[in-house]
Amino acid sequence: MKRILFAAVGLLSLAGAVNAATLDEVKARGAVNCGVSQGLPGFSSPNDKNEWSGLDVDFCRAIAAAIFNDPTKVKFSPLSAKDRFTALTSGAIDVLSRNTTWTMSRDTTLGFNFAGVIYYDGQGFLVRKAVGLKSAKELQGASICVQTGTSNELNVSDFFRANNMKNGEVIAFGTIDETVKAYESGRCDVFTADRSQLAAVRLKLTNAADHVILPETISKEPLGPLVRHGDDQWSDLVKWVYFALLNAEELGITQKNVEEQVNSQNPDVKRLLGTDGKYGEGIGLTADWVVRIVKATGNYGEIYDRNVGPATPLGIDRGLNNLWTKGGIQYGMPVR
Amino acid sequence: MSDARLSGPPAASRRRWSWTDPKLRSSVIQIVLALIMVWLVWSFYANATANLSRLGIASGFGFLDNRAGFAISQSLIPYNESMSYGRAFVVGLLNTLLVAFLGVILATLIGFVMGVARLSKNVVIKALASAYVEVTRNLPPLFQIMFWYLAVLSTLPGPRQSWGFGLQPLLGSIGSGLSAIGLGFLGNPLSGFAAGLSAPSVFVNNRGLVLPRPIFEDGSMAILYALVAAVVASVLIGLWAKKRREATGKPFPAFWTGLALIIVLPLAASYAVGNPVSIETPELRGFNFVGGVRVIPEFVSLLLALAIYTGGFIAEIVRSGILAVSKGQSEAAHSLGLRSGPTLRLVIIPQAMRVIVPPLTSQYLNLTKNSSLGVAVGYPDLFAVFAGTTLNQTGQAIEIIAVTMAVYLTISIVTSMIMGWYNKRVALVER
Ligand SMILES: N[C@@H](CCC(=O)N[C@@H](CS)C(=O)NCC(=O)O)C(=O)O
Repeated sequence: MKRILFAAVGLLSLAGAVNAATLDEVKARGAVNCGVSQGLPGFSSPNDKNEWSGLDVDFCRAIAAAIFNDPTKVKFSPLSAKDRFTALTSGAIDVLSRNTTWTMSRDTTLGFNFAGVIYYDGQGFLVRKAVGLKSAKELQGASICVQTGTSNELNVSDFFRANNMKNGEVIAFGTIDETVKAYESGRCDVFTADRSQLAAVRLKLTNAADHVILPETISKEPLGPLVRHGDDQWSDLVKWVYFALLNAEELGITQKNVEEQVNSQNPDVKRLLGTDGKYGEGIGLTADWVVRIVKATGNYGEIYDRNVGPATPLGIDRGLNNLWTKGGIQYGMPVR
Repeated sequence: MSDARLSGPPAASRRRWSWTDPKLRSSVIQIVLALIMVWLVWSFYANATANLSRLGIASGFGFLDNRAGFAISQSLIPYNESMSYGRAFVVGLLNTLLVAFLGVILATLIGFVMGVARLSKNVVIKALASAYVEVTRNLPPLFQIMFWYLAVLSTLPGPRQSWGFGLQPLLGSIGSGLSAIGLGFLGNPLSGFAAGLSAPSVFVNNRGLVLPRPIFEDGSMAILYALVAAVVASVLIGLWAKKRREATGKPFPAFWTGLALIIVLPLAASYAVGNPVSIETPELRGFNFVGGVRVIPEFVSLLLALAIYTGGFIAEIVRSGILAVSKGQSEAAHSLGLRSGPTLRLVIIPQAMRVIVPPLTSQYLNLTKNSSLGVAVGYPDLFAVFAGTTLNQTGQAIEIIAVTMAVYLTISIVTSMIMGWYNKRVALVER
């Protein structure tokens, strides 16, 4: 019913004239409306006091810090996979930062712009250890639980078809909790999602050690934040918050040392931190926007390590998500 | 001869164009309102399409031909992920109709039994029926769906430990039961006979109910024809029997005759054309059973929850309908020598129907609407497949929500029309 509501609001807003300067609205409102997941440890999950944390959450906090110099000025809307896009189209949220895969249709016909890839991922399979599987190729005839409205729902059908595996069944559930419960209750042999989500879900299961993630990665899942079509300034702002986080890491600017770095003579650092030039004004902010971001959330590497890195329960190595200078593919465009 | 002065000029020409004429005024207002509505809808549409194309968002119904790409776990027609969104829409629609149709039938049965039971003179039956009504009406339907799904069906054993049913386990257990109570001379041969039968063919596990599937080969049409003939014959016999009873008072077992015809005729036809129907028995292979047909637990839990929930409301409607029939009616029936069964069936219920049918219609509509809750347990109904997955995949909210609303509206209107027709029929019984 929530979807009907979003859709109805969406219809009305589409029928009305949407010519919004999102940044002005956000400033007037005093908070960024940020769409996140309904609870995925490491990416976006609330604690008992309804305080959100995670990689996707910190990205929204970075936006808020850039605008308001206050990372708490974010209103989080937990969204299931199938409700997330209507929420963004209808204007209920300003940015969707919810482990969402950048695909062509979403970037074009659905009417969104992706700001970047905050986490390079791929789809995998979670199974019970007791079944004794070695490879996803042995999944012939299995029952598979998946969350509806995800790219995973599409990939899994393709994978089975491409490998000529028949007789399986794919059961699609509305929310992550329903999907996990069905897998746990034995309704399915397999739970499929992006590997990072499998790692997070595995931690939620009663006995994590009884479950394994199979070695195969069956798709590319570049996850990133996205905004509506039609407001280039806002789109630029979100995109450059992402690049700023990467550039800060590359230049060694951290939450701890950012105050000193303001005095740095390195020309790259000076441009990034706004002591040389006024690049921040290009996105409707002030020159020192990156100082505010890094003070609030740290750089990309710090956000990663705090939420999903090896020292966290998720314990995921940087891998592809390392900087390009360290063997990964994360690459911040230059501030110039 | 008619007098011109008496008939006067035609009414229309006498009417003056005046705001004080309430009829005229109201039709002018209605026309103006209708024009405003049309303009609103048109500008809404024009604005929406202009905005959509400015934002580069797809619109129109072309997407229905595009490849859907997702699998659907239950389909009454052949479907796979390489088919179109349009096809997926039909699959979802049929799934909604299936669960709504069976749900309405089951809920009605449950409701009538429970409604009558609540009026029973037997204290235990009455208390049980009251408890049923109180509990089921007061627990939210979503909760009941989750209950059946997670607390009942998911506790069934996995595919490898499935409960198997068939002649063999049934006869085998009767045999061993007989042996256990000292009737070994009967039990032992029975068990031996059962062991010789082929393995069980009906299975229950946490993946659903697996049944053997009939495979119709050439010549099977004969069976269908025989079935149709049997049904037609039964109806005719029923009509004839009714007429004869009304004329002569002689009863005829039309129901049993019809049933026998419906069973015997197709069997005979099948035999005559050389048994063209073969049976595919499910077989455990790898993760699950292969072959046969499977009724998925998502469907079963949704159906049970809807039927039981709505059944509670129908029970109340039936009870108040029966109470609305005056006591004199049953006293009169009793004094004519009718026993309570036939009194209820022939005298009370037909009159109670006049009170029961209108609120029954709204329960049927509720049940249909509540079937969209099935998405919580992964039942692929219209709402889940079309307004859920397809909307998410294509982003075409306007088109999809409009079509979905139109479909539910159509189902509601058709249901109301059928019930309205039925209501008129039962209303004729009035005296
Ligand atoms: N990256 C994929 C999948 C995203 C997704 O929704 N994954 C599920 C997998 S469990 C999830 O995170 N659910 C959390 C929620 O619904 O709150 C996509 O964009 O379609």
